[in-house]
Amino acid sequence: MKARNRELLALVPASLLVTAGFAAIFIQRQDLLSNVSLTYGLLFLGLCLAAHIVLRLTLPHADPYLFPLVALLACFGLVMVYRIDDTLARQQAQWFVIGLIMFAAVVVLLRDYHVLERYRYVIALVSLFLLLLPRVPGIGSQVNGAYLGIHFAGTTFQPAEFAKIGIVVFLASYLRDTRQLLVTAGTRVLGITLPPLKHFGPLLVVFGAAMLELLVIRDLGSSLMFFGGFLAVLYVATNRLSFPVIGLLLFALGAWLIGTHTPHVHDRIEAWQHPFRASLYNRTGGSFQVAQSVFAQADGGLFGRGFGEALISYPCEIGGHAANCPLLPAAQTDLIYSVITNELGLFGACGLLLVYLLAVERGFRIAMLARDSFSKLLAAGLTSVFALQVFVIVGGVTRAIPLTGVTLPFVSYGGSSIMANFVLLALLLVVSDRARRDPL
Amino acid sequence: MNTPIQRLYALVLVLFAVLVYFTSRNAVFDAKALRDNALNKRTLLEEQQIHRGTIRAADGTILARSVKQRGGVYSRRYPVGGLFGHAIGYSFTTLGRAGLERSRNDDLTGKRNELTSIIDQLRGKRQTGDSVRTTLDAPAQRVAYQALNGRKGAVVALDPRSGAVKVMASFPQYDPNALRGPGTYARLANDNENRPLVNRATQFGYAPGSTFKVVTATAAIDSGEFTSQSTVDGKNGVKISGVPLQNDYNQSFGPIDLATALEKSVNTVYAQVAEKVGKQTMKKYMERFGFGSKPQLDYPKDQMSSSGEYRNGKLIPPTSRFVDVGRMGIGQDKLAVTPLQMAEVASAVANGGRLMKPHFTDRIVDSDGRTVEEIKPEEQSRVMKPSTASTVTAMMERVVQSGTGTQAQIQGIRVAGKTGTAETQIGKTTNNVWFIAFAPADNPRVAIAVTMEHQIGFGGDVAAPVAKAVMESLLK
Repeated sequence: MKARNRELLALVPASLLVTAGFAAIFIQRQDLLSNVSLTYGLLFLGLCLAAHIVLRLTLPHADPYLFPLVALLACFGLVMVYRIDDTLARQQAQWFVIGLIMFAAVVVLLRDYHVLERYRYVIALVSLFLLLLPRVPGIGSQVNGAYLGIHFAGTTFQPAEFAKIGIVVFLASYLRDTRQLLVTAGTRVLGITLPPLKHFGPLLVVFGAAMLELLVIRDLGSSLMFFGGFLAVLYVATNRLSFPVIGLLLFALGAWLIGTHTPHVHDRIEAWQHPFRASLYNRTGGSFQVAQSVFAQADGGLFGRGFGEALISYPCEIGGHAANCPLLPAAQTDLIYSVITNELGLFGACGLLLVYLLAVERGFRIAMLARDSFSKLLAAGLTSVFALQVFVIVGGVTRAIPLTGVTLPFVSYGGSSIMANFVLLALLLVVSDRARRDPL
Repeated sequence: MNTPIQRLYALVLVLFAVLVYFTSRNAVFDAKALRDNALNKRTLLEEQQIHRGTIRAADGTILARSVKQRGGVYSRRYPVGGLFGHAIGYSFTTLGRAGLERSRNDDLTGKRNELTSIIDQLRGKRQTGDSVRTTLDAPAQRVAYQALNGRKGAVVALDPRSGAVKVMASFPQYDPNALRGPGTYARLANDNENRPLVNRATQFGYAPGSTFKVVTATAAIDSGEFTSQSTVDGKNGVKISGVPLQNDYNQSFGPIDLATALEKSVNTVYAQVAEKVGKQTMKKYMERFGFGSKPQLDYPKDQMSSSGEYRNGKLIPPTSRFVDVGRMGIGQDKLAVTPLQMAEVASAVANGGRLMKPHFTDRIVDSDGRTVEEIKPEEQSRVMKPSTASTVTAMMERVVQSGTGTQAQIQGIRVAGKTGTAETQIGKTTNNVWFIAFAPADNPRVAIAVTMEHQIGFGGDVAAPVAKAVMESLLK
């Protein structure tokens, strides 16, 4: 069977899932089982078909499984967001459409993605500029002590989502040129190969600037993701374990310094280690979110409580007025994984992780099939960043690591996240098409 | 360059395994500890959103119902106020639950097994609580409180044929509605003089006094050691366990039979009978009556006490060497007995020797009005032979006809009863007064126990009229 036909078939389960999911929610809400659920399913299938036709025309050889896997994630996310707040879900559906348009644009315009190499410094500078935007007075905004978003045309953008792609593109193209030199021209000190500063310098400058900016905007989750992505690309480029090891040691040192000297970071670590300590639990920006996240998961058990059953907010009184108090703050973004575990249980959550893992596997496979260094580095870098993003947020809400706010790709509510991840997907697919076009 | 990519993928696998590990820890392995965490209010908040079932009296009077508050949560209201405060208890998010509200919580919140829940979910049914129809008789309960008339004590009335609890009054009572007021609960809980939150009918242990002679008589006759005509010397000051025992008014009787001794409540006779019967046999019959373990009522276990001999606050068996069996046989020694237990004693005699399991709940009805569960009468134990039961009944009838319990006589109905007067502290003039009874003696429909604390006078004068009033109300 041809690649594109396999892709078309693989899209069927995704649309079935979205139909079933909406049906479940309507049943749970005691609404009449209207044909709305069916409409959502059809609409979704239509969108996927449109994207599929674009792929069929432009990238006939691209990996057939990656897009259906992402569609599965996206439709699952749409159902979850709908279940939390239907207004948000409508917006999410709009972002989904815009994301698909951007996806199509990248696929059509960047079929020869090697042009990116020519603009690597431009891309790096734009990324750095994007990262700084939230700190610009007037358009930047602060949430929980972090500057994550900018206000633009009535909506909020999180530039870090796009910057991560830009930085990976830069790293991939820069390391393509210098990777040999980094290994051969290095000086050995105490049995460890140190890369020559002349070639390593620009890399460090750009990357160091990005990390510094992330510290300035206090986006811890993204820092972790960027740094991990950087080490992954560096490791693939040089095949020297010493580089990422040294990087990790430096990271540990930096984390310790920042953790002990920045109150914002210190709070996050404290909340991670002692979420049930009353003083932390009751403090604003304390451990309430982490504690509620694990409480919600505890009710999930093996099979979960069923779609639409999780308690997300409860009626309460604020200053004598009836209001809705959140029990799971940021349920539609940061804590969406906790809602999923609550409603679908350990099995549902593991199923979701498995879909991510399959997508990551396809990503790395693309990197392995790619024939030139830039393509390999680009695909491996983008896939690593994607996988790390899942790890950072799921690890945060399950208390494996301190909770930092990044989105769960394709599932969490968020326009910039959806758009950026569709661009990421498009880049992986164009790399894949080139790699599989003329098999060796 | 493919080797490092493969290794990278392996690393991602490890990272995802970490995620699975932490998820399963939260969702499964540590789930119970997390659910029990004091900061975790999910369960309470969820139950607040369930329309809890209504609790009704036998005649349909609403005793507890849920009303919708602002924001879609439910709150509990008790339309009859304090009338059934002790029996029904309360259920509030801030205070937790007590009484029948607690023992029937699963029914009232509509908890079903996993499969039924899934089917209900698919049918789009929201979890709604089932209603509980109780066996409680609201008019008779009112009569009981009127008759207690502000005196501390308790009244328990059962249907001896089924074990259904008809009346359970305990004074001082409390109004569950008032508990929602700030500070009210703490004030009532700390009132150590009146202890209004404690159900005297099930939790307070009183010395049963001469009402316990019914237990001794049963053991004596059913074991074959005595008949109702057996004569025992009833002179005053017989030495029991080496210490002389007095009769009321220090009255001395000659050799009299057991029936007459019960009618006149002669201590010395029944103390000697109990010594003759022995600890072992006494223990056997007491256990059959339900002494020594918690009542089998559908009520929270920690709101009920076991009746029996207590030493240093601990229950000891009647065979213990610390027990003075003679004095135990007349309801003294270290006996601490709940009114519910004494009502069960009367009930067992009334029902031909078969003690029925006491229960509050008549049936569980779902939100569509269908009966989900009906509580069938269940035998708890066979205490005595039917012949013994009729002998003891005849003896108890004489108590009311011509003995110490004449004030319990009801026009046109044969009443069987036994009085009790326990001196709480030696030398004090106030007593715990008792009366246990059942009626009609030939076909009993109600068995009752009444006790009052710190009263001047005898059980026959103080407690018997209360029992009479409640029985009249129930037999109407």
